[in-house]
Amino acid sequence: MRTLSLAKRGLLEMVRDPLTLIFGAGFPLALMLLLSAIQSRVPVPLFAPERLTPGILCFGQSFLALFAAQGLSRDRSSALMLRLLCSPMTARDCLLGWALPLLGLALAQGTLCLGCAFALGLDVNPRALAMLAAALPGAACQIALGLLCGSLLNDRQVGGICGALLTNLSAWLSGAWFDLSLMGGAVERIARMLPFANCVDAGRAALAGDWAGVAAPLLIASGWALALSAAAGMAFARKARAA
Amino acid sequence: MNAIEARGLCKRYGGTRAVDDLRFEVAQGEVFALLGVNGAGKSTAVRMLSGLTPPDAGDALLMGRSVARERAEVRRVVGLSPQESAVAPRLTTRENLELIAGLYGLPGSRAAEALEAFGLAEVAGRAAGKLSGGWQRRLSIAMALLPGPRVLFLDEPTLGLDVLARRALWDLIESLRGRVTVLLTTHYMEEAEALSDRVGILRAGRLTALGTAEELKARARAASFEDAFVALAATQEVE
Ligand SMILES: Nc1ncnc2c1ncn2[C@@H]1O[C@H](COP(=O)(O)OP(=O)(O)OP(=O)(O)O)[C@@H](O)[C@H]1O
Ligand SMILES: [Mg+2]
Repeated sequence: MRTLSLAKRGLLEMVRDPLTLIFGAGFPLALMLLLSAIQSRVPVPLFAPERLTPGILCFGQSFLALFAAQGLSRDRSSALMLRLLCSPMTARDCLLGWALPLLGLALAQGTLCLGCAFALGLDVNPRALAMLAAALPGAACQIALGLLCGSLLNDRQVGGICGALLTNLSAWLSGAWFDLSLMGGAVERIARMLPFANCVDAGRAALAGDWAGVAAPLLIASGWALALSAAAGMAFARKARAA
Repeated sequence: MNAIEARGLCKRYGGTRAVDDLRFEVAQGEVFALLGVNGAGKSTAVRMLSGLTPPDAGDALLMGRSVARERAEVRRVVGLSPQESAVAPRLTTRENLELIAGLYGLPGSRAAEALEAFGLAEVAGRAAGKLSGGWQRRLSIAMALLPGPRVLFLDEPTLGLDVLARRALWDLIESLRGRVTVLLTTHYMEEAEALSDRVGILRAGRLTALGTAEELKARARAASFEDAFVALAATQEVE
């Protein structure tokens, strides 16, 4: 219950911030329309709806990390944090109170992207829903990563690291915009270990109905989600103790 | 049982001793004012006493619970209004109060009651971040009081309040006397003198004087309490 109260507050504060709409929904949708428009003139297999949609989802999710980090670091620098820490809320309650509304946003974002993909010609079938479900570990990764950054960094650092670095890094290493094998070597190997490309792969496999192909990348992404959540929890608890 | 028992609290930040071997007691239902010039260590003391910042050394008992070892229990009995107004900026006044009710597992009706009780009804629907400083402060104090704490810490509660709001807060604190233990910090000497049963003066982290306003005036042989404060906040003698 306590956590839900905080979650409600997080949701209201994010929904009332126009940047949430612009970055969380506007930006991914605009990119999707743009790339599809290009695709319709000059066919690029990578930008066909069944390959593009999981990539757009992954791209959109990187903004969840930004929202998570910004919200948390802003909270930490404000006196409101003292109030939360002085209440019966534990550090875990507080972090969950941030994570839950972001997961809600992730679902809304995913549904919106999917709707747009349907409009652009993606087959309407149950596999699309499976792709949406397969995108959840990716969302969890980004949210946990954001909460980790928000626990460690201040407001200004968050803008640079999550706003610029992380969104770009996760986009390049996701394999959404170009085939990772083009890079080859160490970069490709690193990208295949990180969650971003695995999330995109899982989504593409789900859309293709290749269930065996979903499992492995999903497992890796879920592992990352767990590890990052644990790291965020520890970082936040440490900061909270030393308030 | 005393409401507050500080037993040698210490806190250092780098080379500065923010709070140094702080010892004093506050009885249940007492209104206690902690005074001191800027940087004397008042806020640090409040943060340690309310279980937010762990002391480097020493301990304090809040309603018999140790801030060093029983933080969860301490949180159940204390309320804090931090020096800076602590509100969620994009939530309305009402939503802020509902948030606090939720965090303490209280029914939402408590928020509506608090709106009336603290004269916040007229700004109920406005975003807290867009309220004037004084209104934010009022909301912040209402948020500290809503859960009905046994021990209430008010760090510079009347900073930025207009005369009427300040009077209203004084009346409120007066009405709490005997039921709730209040520890407040302030830079307004007339406020400390009018409200508090006893006063403690911090100087560079150390308690240099402790007693009723009258006692301190007599001790400093001062005509007014403000003169007494000026004399005592500058001495190094420990009571
Ligand atoms: N988080 C912190 N990090 C470093 N130094 C700190 C921190 N908090 C307080 N200090 C230092 O501890 C000392 C006491 O500060 P504190 O805020 O407790 O004073 P105060 O009596 O509340 O002052 P004011 O009247 O200005 O609010 C100051 O020297 C301050 O610089
Ligand atoms: Mg202070």
